[in-house]
Amino acid sequence: MKHLLSTADLSRDEAVLILDTAAQMAATQERAIKKLPTLRGRTVVNLFYEDSTRTRISFETAAKRLSADVINFSAKGSSVSKGESLKDTALTLQAMGADAVVIRHPASGAPHTLATSGWTQGAVLNAGDGTHQHPTQALLDAYTMRRHLVGESGIADVAGRDLAGLRVAIVGDVLHSRVARSNVDLLHTLGAEVTLVAPPTLLPVGIAPWPCRVSYDLDAVVTDERPDAIMMLRVQRERMSNAGGGFFPSAVEYTRRYGLDARRMARLPEHAIVMHPGPMNRGLEISATAADSPRAVIVEQVANGVAVRMAALYLLLAQETPGSTLQEDAR
Amino acid sequence: MSSGPAAPAQPSEPPEPTGSAPTATEVLGPHEIARALTRIAHEILERNKGAADLVLLGIPTRGLPLAHRLAARLAEVEATVDPAALVGSLDITMYRDDLRHHPTRTIGATVLPPGGIDGRVVVLVDDVLFSGRTIRAALDALNDLGRPRVVQLAALVDRGHRELPIRPDYVGKNLPTSTAERVRVLLTETDGADAVLIDGGAR
Repeated sequence: MKHLLSTADLSRDEAVLILDTAAQMAATQERAIKKLPTLRGRTVVNLFYEDSTRTRISFETAAKRLSADVINFSAKGSSVSKGESLKDTALTLQAMGADAVVIRHPASGAPHTLATSGWTQGAVLNAGDGTHQHPTQALLDAYTMRRHLVGESGIADVAGRDLAGLRVAIVGDVLHSRVARSNVDLLHTLGAEVTLVAPPTLLPVGIAPWPCRVSYDLDAVVTDERPDAIMMLRVQRERMSNAGGGFFPSAVEYTRRYGLDARRMARLPEHAIVMHPGPMNRGLEISATAADSPRAVIVEQVANGVAVRMAALYLLLAQETPGSTLQEDAR
Repeated sequence: MSSGPAAPAQPSEPPEPTGSAPTATEVLGPHEIARALTRIAHEILERNKGAADLVLLGIPTRGLPLAHRLAARLAEVEATVDPAALVGSLDITMYRDDLRHHPTRTIGATVLPPGGIDGRVVVLVDDVLFSGRTIRAALDALNDLGRPRVVQLAALVDRGHRELPIRPDYVGKNLPTSTAERVRVLLTETDGADAVLIDGGAR
């Protein structure tokens, strides 16, 4: 594993290794001294072409906790706003000796281009590209599900376990969501059954071959499939206007049919957890009752994000360079 | 960590043989290992005048079962000792100085005994003491976890060739070796049998 570009590239064993490593990283974050010397002298560049607060801060925290040097590069107010191409930016970063580039880009496939073009020698981590993938978000979601739903709800040791048999419903704007795409791939690899729930207008064309079920009816999914985890996706209010695409007629109608309110919460199984990748639109896709309920793990997802990103940086950077594979040293 | 040839100074170490090499010589058998651990347990009690404030931290993989065995022996001698509350595990992977020279290492668990390590007597337990770099990493890791009153080092085998100013307080067996040789410790808990083997290298 040289780069982390898409959850579709991960085998089951690689994904489980990342989750197990994240568990050890999370354990170190409960200590008084949270900083580890592991990546001392390495440089991680956060290359953000899109606005993002939580993902950038999460990656920055993860890199700093491992003692790497972090350089933040956002497109606004930089050479990019003067018209510099991705290639020239990448070559500049390479000249400065970046060991890893964390990239968020509005164009699907930009991280892949960066990783395969030879513009940079370092590891490339996809922090969200267009409507394609957001692998660390899916990994932190899987980590959160494993903690709560596998091994008698976190009592037993879950190291080495996948998510076999879990049922997950992902509800909302699947069409524009890289979180949904990453989660479908990863959760399928880990053995979970995924159901996507959305109005027909917010599902992409050509969804049939995806390894998941699709439904237009949230109430039927909650009642019949009894999901162990329900993940609400962010819906942008702009999308209902004609300028935004006119995907649904009104916010109230969306909330009635696809919002997670107290009524649907009550019909979820007792142990089910409520997830949201953030930032939330309270009152649109998720009600305040659901967001603040003890079954919501939304704040914990943020904390787990740091541990998962520490694991990804560790596995990509703390190894022989270049060209090593993910394997344990025989010692 | 059994052979511990993790010295970055020797990037060209020979490929490690898999399984039991034909040239392997057994230097310690199960009885010798048991006797050495019993002696070390007594030495620990003698040096520290009892088991008060004592913590045994095993370094995974094979230091951990050794720490558990030592704790069981301490409990046999001192009735007040609770072996479960004495033992912890100290993973040093993220503190190694040779991470860039090896494929990714899997991170083990660090578990401290209930009382923590602040102000206590910590005995680090490892199977083979070689370059001393593992112990340097362990000292760094301890530094981030708390401030022990004293840190001591117990090793089942000391094979020499130190690269850092580190010395053990308790040694099961001093084993003069050449750097070309490979020392392997097998334990029932991890390998199904107790033995210390040397293979490779012409003596």
